[in-house]
Amino acid sequence: MAHAHESNTKRIWIVFGILSVITLVEVYLGIIKPEALHLHGPGTSWLNWIFIILTLAKAYGIAWVFMHLEGEKKWFRRSIIWTAVFLITYLITLLLIEGGYIYDTLSPLVKW
Amino acid sequence: MEANIAVPTDKKETWDGGNARPFGASYGKMMMWFFILSDALTFTGFLAAYGLTRFKFIDSWPIADEVFTHVPFVHGDFPMIYVAIMTFILIFSSVTMVLAVDAGHQMKKNKVAWYMFATIIGGIIFVGSQAWEWNTFIKGSYGAVKTTEGKVLQFVKDGKQIALADFVTGPKTDAIEEHSRKNGLWFQSGETVATYSVAQVINAYNANPTIQVRTELIDLEKKQKTILSREEGSLQLAKTKMVVEGANLRANEYGNTIFADFFFFITGFHGFHVLSGIIINIIIFFNVILGTYERRGHYEMVEKVGLYWHFVDLVWVFVFTFFYLV
Repeated sequence: MAHAHESNTKRIWIVFGILSVITLVEVYLGIIKPEALHLHGPGTSWLNWIFIILTLAKAYGIAWVFMHLEGEKKWFRRSIIWTAVFLITYLITLLLIEGGYIYDTLSPLVKW
Repeated sequence: MEANIAVPTDKKETWDGGNARPFGASYGKMMMWFFILSDALTFTGFLAAYGLTRFKFIDSWPIADEVFTHVPFVHGDFPMIYVAIMTFILIFSSVTMVLAVDAGHQMKKNKVAWYMFATIIGGIIFVGSQAWEWNTFIKGSYGAVKTTEGKVLQFVKDGKQIALADFVTGPKTDAIEEHSRKNGLWFQSGETVATYSVAQVINAYNANPTIQVRTELIDLEKKQKTILSREEGSLQLAKTKMVVEGANLRANEYGNTIFADFFFFITGFHGFHVLSGIIINIIIFFNVILGTYERRGHYEMVEKVGLYWHFVDLVWVFVFTFFYLV
């Protein structure tokens, strides 16, 4: 194992604190939905951007500290993270564009 | 078996075939990581498909905080609160897991056992919460009607959604009864029949001028569902095909059916991961107690199952965001 075996207890609790605060902020924003953030924004609303960025921050915290990626060899880390990031971005981009296209084609045909 | 031994204990090489240790990681840990990578892509596939479908119906998708408003043992309208509590439970069990790994590095057997135990309890509470949430979702809270065009119409009073039971009165007009084993064939039960008939709901609507119909269409200015005038409401209601109570794979009172399909599928798949995580955790927990890893000289097994457990937490973070928040 690449990492040293000293205790990381304090660090773990700090990360837990950060993850909790992020979750609290997300839930708070999700409940009050401030108007300025909710209805405007590039592509999607600012609120959604905030949620997505905070989620990625949480994921980073979990993977980096809890799953101990920080302690692994650089290229092992990259073989996991780059593969995931590339394939996920690719898939999501294509499917969301496609979903938007289907909506554009379909919605004029739906009568409300 | 040699390939599975993580750290050379008696000067044996970890990997068969000499001194090569790719990336300096043990075989088991590396394979756990690559499994997690492939599993992450599976979950991505599901969530991306959810995204595609949502974009396809972007102007009529159910609004999550109108769907998940319940907290066990408490009455009232609390959007998101319970899901947030569930998220905390899972993050906290992730913390106890990483503390167990940490204690394992220091070869403190009792600490590892206690932290593993806490992790298992956290996992069980989470799965229980999810079961409760499914139950609430399946039972539904308001009831709605579905038109021949497949659209779901809900009922509001003063802008707030109300349940069918709040305004539908009088006898059930269609006299259809649910086939149970008692009144049907002895070995068979029939399809679920709604509490109210279609005509009964329409009559109740006509009799009560304060009730309005709400459609699934989202008003993009306000990000709220459109409420129809009384006349338009009658017109739409005339197309009613069935009364929907709760949610299943074929109809749900919250709106688009496929929303319920994705909810069951994605949270179900995640819940299954949690369940397997708990079972694996229990096995490792007993191994810790029996002293297997103490004899082996290292607790890497705890670390590997820890990776899986954190991954489950990681997935939930994304499910939480894309199902409940965004």
